[in-house]
Amino acid sequence: MSAKTLDEPARRFEELLGPGSVITDPVRLRTYECDGLTHHRATPGVVVLPESAEQIAAVVRICNEYGLPFVARGAGTGLSGGALPRTDGVLVVTSKMRRILSVDVPNRRATVEPGVTNLAITEAVRDLGYYYAPDPSSQQVCTIGGNVAENSGGAHCLKYGFTVNHVVGLEIVTPDGDIVELADVDSGYDLLGTFVGSEGTLGIATKVVVRLSRLPETVTTLLAAFEDIERGGRAVSAIIGGGIVPAAIEMMDALAVEAAEAAVACAYPEGAGAVLIVELDGPAEEVAHQFGEVTRICRENGAFEIRVADDPVERAAIWRGRKSAFAAVGRISPAYIVQDGVVPRTALPEVLARIDGLSREYGIRVANVFHAGDGNLHPLVLFDDAEPGAGERAEIVSGRILDLCIEHGGSITGEHGVGVDKSRYMPKMFSDDDLDTMQLVRCAFDPRGLSNPGKIFPTPRLCGEVPGVRKGVHPLVESGQAEHF
Amino acid sequence: MEALHETGVTVHPATPDRTVGGVLPRWVALPESTDEVAALMRVSAAHDLAVVPAGGGTKLGWGDPPERCDLLIDTRRLLLGNGSTVEHSAGDLVARVSAGLALDVLDSTLSRFGQELALDGVPRTGTVGGMLATAVAGPRRFRYGTARDLLIGITVVLADGTIASSGGNVVKNVAGYDLGKLFTGSYGTLGVITEAVFRLHPIPADRRWITVERVSQAGAGHGTAALVTELAAALAEPSAIELDRPDPLGAPTLSALVEGVAAGSRAETLRRLMDGYGSALITAEAPAWWAVPPGADVLLELRVPPAAAHLALRAVAARGLPARVRGSVASAVLRVALPADVGEAAFAGFVTGLRDDLRELGGGLTVLTAPPEIARRVDRWGPSGALPLMRRIKERFDPDRRMSPGRFAGGI
Ligand SMILES: Cc1cc2nc3c(=O)[nH]c(=O)nc-3n(C[C@H](O)[C@H](O)[C@H](O)COP(=O)(O)OP(=O)(O)OC[C@H]3O[C@@H](n4cnc5c(N)ncnc54)[C@H](O)[C@@H]3O)c2cc1C
Repeated sequence: MSAKTLDEPARRFEELLGPGSVITDPVRLRTYECDGLTHHRATPGVVVLPESAEQIAAVVRICNEYGLPFVARGAGTGLSGGALPRTDGVLVVTSKMRRILSVDVPNRRATVEPGVTNLAITEAVRDLGYYYAPDPSSQQVCTIGGNVAENSGGAHCLKYGFTVNHVVGLEIVTPDGDIVELADVDSGYDLLGTFVGSEGTLGIATKVVVRLSRLPETVTTLLAAFEDIERGGRAVSAIIGGGIVPAAIEMMDALAVEAAEAAVACAYPEGAGAVLIVELDGPAEEVAHQFGEVTRICRENGAFEIRVADDPVERAAIWRGRKSAFAAVGRISPAYIVQDGVVPRTALPEVLARIDGLSREYGIRVANVFHAGDGNLHPLVLFDDAEPGAGERAEIVSGRILDLCIEHGGSITGEHGVGVDKSRYMPKMFSDDDLDTMQLVRCAFDPRGLSNPGKIFPTPRLCGEVPGVRKGVHPLVESGQAEHF
Repeated sequence: MEALHETGVTVHPATPDRTVGGVLPRWVALPESTDEVAALMRVSAAHDLAVVPAGGGTKLGWGDPPERCDLLIDTRRLLLGNGSTVEHSAGDLVARVSAGLALDVLDSTLSRFGQELALDGVPRTGTVGGMLATAVAGPRRFRYGTARDLLIGITVVLADGTIASSGGNVVKNVAGYDLGKLFTGSYGTLGVITEAVFRLHPIPADRRWITVERVSQAGAGHGTAALVTELAAALAEPSAIELDRPDPLGAPTLSALVEGVAAGSRAETLRRLMDGYGSALITAEAPAWWAVPPGADVLLELRVPPAAAHLALRAVAARGLPARVRGSVASAVLRVALPADVGEAAFAGFVTGLRDDLRELGGGLTVLTAPPEIARRVDRWGPSGALPLMRRIKERFDPDRRMSPGRFAGGI
């Protein structure tokens, strides 16, 4: 579609939203050409910055009139190209929808607009003794709308679950422009749970009701250094096997530690082949008991140094290295790919050994940072983009890591989503029938395929008409209490 | 029927004990694999047979009676691909189970490894598939969530015989849509659930219940409401907070569960808190009514935002029927039982009136089970703004309306 065909809808958007909320200038449009996965780029046809659900609904209806695809965008921190715009379509940015609409402590919930950042929710309720549990590392900037779309997790999802376990209500604009509320108190299909994690393909979230969690009585964070990954891995298995569910268990290998050291001087124990961070939280007595167990298990599995943090400052010092890891590899490598795959935790030692093998085979370094408790790997595949062929080799290693995850019964993504980046891997994890069945959901919500098309699914399903043989009359219909379909 | 027998699956005429909401199916089939279910569904599609999946049959009277039912697919002989009923990966705290597996069998398999599926309030003779299809959950939902929160993978057979899976064997996984969410609580209207994968939990080291009978309603904080709020926010972290009110005019009994290490001393902390509202007792066993539905014949489920639970209780009392209320008061999911002989008009009045009250509170009401004689003219599910979307889902998954037709919300 040429830029010209967008002229008329763009004018309509301006009438609707005011000129300040519509971007058509090519230079400004380029600000939005990619999300956190920067090697996929496309300049959006038009960008709109609506301020309400009604405005979003009106924008979507105009898109329907012209058959224009639309893509929602929060903060653009996504790592799978989910918010990659369409050159022939509309990018709906939620940055003007940043109000926390209500904080309701007695009901343990907050109602927010989709552009509110993840951390802003916690900041609004922390003094009241509460927080919003899912904590993606990008929480300072990423939006709750993006979290809902990606079903984002975080270091603490081992114990507390993901976005889907903490969202109790949504207001959405459907792909044909209706405003619909989905609530956990409603009867019928769990469309709330179905919408979360649908990566913007089932509509746009315009209001999010989240559950607030009580701040725990005690938090204890412990850092254990091991000679190698195997020993660290054995400690993780023994902790989980011992019936302990820590709030978080994170592991970094030597290369990742080296990078973190170069970036933030986190002063992790010298000579560590693996660093394990274990966070325990909950009632004081329970935490004290578990802390004893965890330290014992770490020692038994060869930890040569254990550090403990009981207050926020010490805790931040322990987490600093881990939290900086992604950005930090920039210090030791000109370019890198962040991978996100999952294996059953018991397969971690073997998969890590095989990743090491791949690294040698292709001459590509891989730094491993991972959520060890749930087997979610974030290998950082390092390469020098100035070196001919290095980028291609890194791509191969990165792809082969996903193959390893699938081979071990895991997943191609634990939290970053499929987006455009991984849609080609979906047929390796799912059969055609699986994917077609998922797309039945897509067709029900979005028969015209306008909401974030080209994401998740390698081949879109043509929705077509449903033949629909209608049979019988339900008593409710007869009595006029329900309409039939 | 010839074509059904040709699938090789055991099929026999239905006996009266297999009626679904009063509707007697023509045949009952006992498939032993997902492939066999698919074969049955293909035949059903070719011959326009209406199908209702069933497990232990503990909830076949739930939902509306189906408009028609030709074939009942009994899942209890279903096996996984490897010929077993449970594939337990203890080290990963994950289990893949056949939908036809009885929960008590699953419990005993897992407990040998000190693990459990943290879902209570479900009859243990019922099957995994039945539990998922009706989305029932009990007291421990306060801490662990409900079936949808613990389900990490699912395999289903659709109306046309297509076999589809989503999710997988790992707890953390965001690849593709989560069909498990859609099928949990779908009452057999979208397809047959044949396999499920669950996230497991270690069995808590210890448990204590702290119970106050007849919570004092005196004082500024409305008694029950204030106590529930305090318990829900307590740093001793109870796993469940349950209420039982046998009669609308009486004061309710409240009981909280603490689990894990130091359960004893944490219970002591809660006892001190609860003592202000009556005399609190710590026990190592659950109260007799714990996790038991308040009735069997006429059973309703009320859902409101947590802080409105006491208002929902008041609304029930104001209806003037001998209603017993019991349930997860801190999550504000309450069950109401009415006497079997309540009568059609009184029942309809109760449901409609209470539903309106609850709507004011931001909640809703579902009739879980009630004999057709009294529930004929009652909308068991209540309104939902998302009904048009739900209908579109149904049209895509089951365009011929052959899966449990009419059993679900809005006549789906
Ligand atoms: C340094 C860094 C660390 C990260 N750490 C984590 C982590 O620990 N855990 C984790 O899970 N992720 C992590 N991420 C990934 C990313 O931050 C999350 O996926 C986040 O949820 C994206 O939010 P966003 O607002 O940036 O969304 P965007 O990138 O703008 O969009 C993401 C997707 O959401 C859709 N979308 C956005 N808003 C809406 C809406 N209102 N309605 C419907 N769809 C919408 C978009 O169309 C797109 O498909 C990290 C990213 C970075 C850069």
